[in-house]
Amino acid sequence: MRTLFKLSWVEIKLFIREPITVVFTLALPIIFLFVMGGVFGNTPNPGFYRDVGAMDYYMPSYYGLVMMAIGTVALPVHLAGYRERGVLRRFRASSFSIWSVLGSQLLVSFIITIVGSILITIFGLLFYHPHPPVYPGQLVAAFVLGTVCFTCFGFFLGAVLPSTRSAQGVGLILFFVMMILGGAGPPPEVLTGAMDVIAKITPLRHVIWMLQNPWLGFSWNTSASLITAGITVVAALLAARFFRWE
Amino acid sequence: MASIIEVRNLRKTYGNTIAVDDISFEVAEGEIFGFLGPNGAGKTTTVECLQALRKPDSGNIRVLGIDPHTQAQALHRRIGSQLQESALPDRIKVWEALDLFASVTPNALDWQVLLEQWGLAGKQKASFSSLSGGQRQRLFVALSLVNNPEVVFLDEMTTGLDPAARHVAWDLIRAIRDRGTTVALVTHFMDEAEELCDRVAIVDRGKIVASDTPQGLIDKHASEVRVIFTTEQEDLSWLSDIPEVREVIRKGPRVEVEGSGPVLALAAAALVEHGIIPADLRVEKPALEDVFLKMTGHGAGE
Repeated sequence: MRTLFKLSWVEIKLFIREPITVVFTLALPIIFLFVMGGVFGNTPNPGFYRDVGAMDYYMPSYYGLVMMAIGTVALPVHLAGYRERGVLRRFRASSFSIWSVLGSQLLVSFIITIVGSILITIFGLLFYHPHPPVYPGQLVAAFVLGTVCFTCFGFFLGAVLPSTRSAQGVGLILFFVMMILGGAGPPPEVLTGAMDVIAKITPLRHVIWMLQNPWLGFSWNTSASLITAGITVVAALLAARFFRWE
Repeated sequence: MASIIEVRNLRKTYGNTIAVDDISFEVAEGEIFGFLGPNGAGKTTTVECLQALRKPDSGNIRVLGIDPHTQAQALHRRIGSQLQESALPDRIKVWEALDLFASVTPNALDWQVLLEQWGLAGKQKASFSSLSGGQRQRLFVALSLVNNPEVVFLDEMTTGLDPAARHVAWDLIRAIRDRGTTVALVTHFMDEAEELCDRVAIVDRGKIVASDTPQGLIDKHASEVRVIFTTEQEDLSWLSDIPEVREVIRKGPRVEVEGSGPVLALAAAALVEHGIIPADLRVEKPALEDVFLKMTGHGAGE
């Protein structure tokens, strides 16, 4: 337990010292917030953004974007790099358990997602005046499930991708595809044909719908939450199956 | 003394390559046991099997009475490991690493003291990536000791250290042993093995070809002593009459007398008796290197 907390604390410091992950997880969502907010504002435009204001739509979406950046870019590169360079081997020889190693990453994911979401909330409220969440309790539940989902997704990628380079390549492609098609980019209504199909198979789409419904006052999105839970379980099982210390 | 490490018929292959070929040995409590051999001899594979970092194909291993492959984590908590191939996160600071690794056990050592001992006190706040090779090496040794282990495995501990730092490291390893920790040391440095180890196993091509105290190995396998001096005198045939002398080699004024046992004293007495009192009389005693060459038929670097 002591190792888990010490390692989590060290990992948070390491996270902050790594500019690239800070850019992807914390800075990019805020940049998008300002770009999209500046372009679309928050006046509802029927037929787009689920018929709500663009900023009401994007606030929960950007929470999802932070989770997704952790699961595609930050975590896989971190874990694959640890394995490639012999850090995991070093940890294992000093009796660190897999639960300390992955548990600390889960804790860090939560902290980063919470910090990122607070930043998004502050800047959003200050500049674009979105409506506050209608069902905060459900939003918290969706937030927890979404974070766990993308953390497990990151564990899975980090377990199967053999090197830092491959993790960067695969992670960045997934990041941009999900960001643009998954619901944090253009309004979902403009995606047609193949784009719409791809959008619907990205985990981010389901996490965002799960987050948006309680925020916007729609009823809990059971199918999105079940799909998210399914992705979480499958990713976790695959990660456990393919995790290697070296 | 009780055995801390017991290995019976250990075998490990990588594809068609036999890395460790039916090795058996014991390490007693409180000794410094050295694995000496050329690169690729199977030393590292052997100690990594002992540390539960590799799974042997067959054989029986007990370290502190623990089977490494059923209770790896319990073992890791009680041993210290300095690994040949490992790293820390680039941006972790030296003190953070020590503090983190100390957290695995409640009876960890004071890492401030370790920093001081291993010459890293000034580097406490330096990041891992900014350390030199020698500093990293010393940090890894310090990390292997911070959990106050009962056995510590040091794999090529002094590689990358300058000569002064090597001697400091040797003194520190002796201090660790004197405190009661058993040390298993992998090295390809002859002088390190001879200087530091209570017992040495010479490993070659996956087998232990000889195992004893360094002096025991030398006495058994390379007892030849060489007495060297210079003289202008032509006839030295009386030297060959000494029974302990095997051969007298002349190279101009330089004379080498090869023999065994007390050949130095006998040769010196004979020289004085014949009126030769060389100022440069000296003796070359065999070293572990001579044993190594004899047992393996090649040098450590090969």
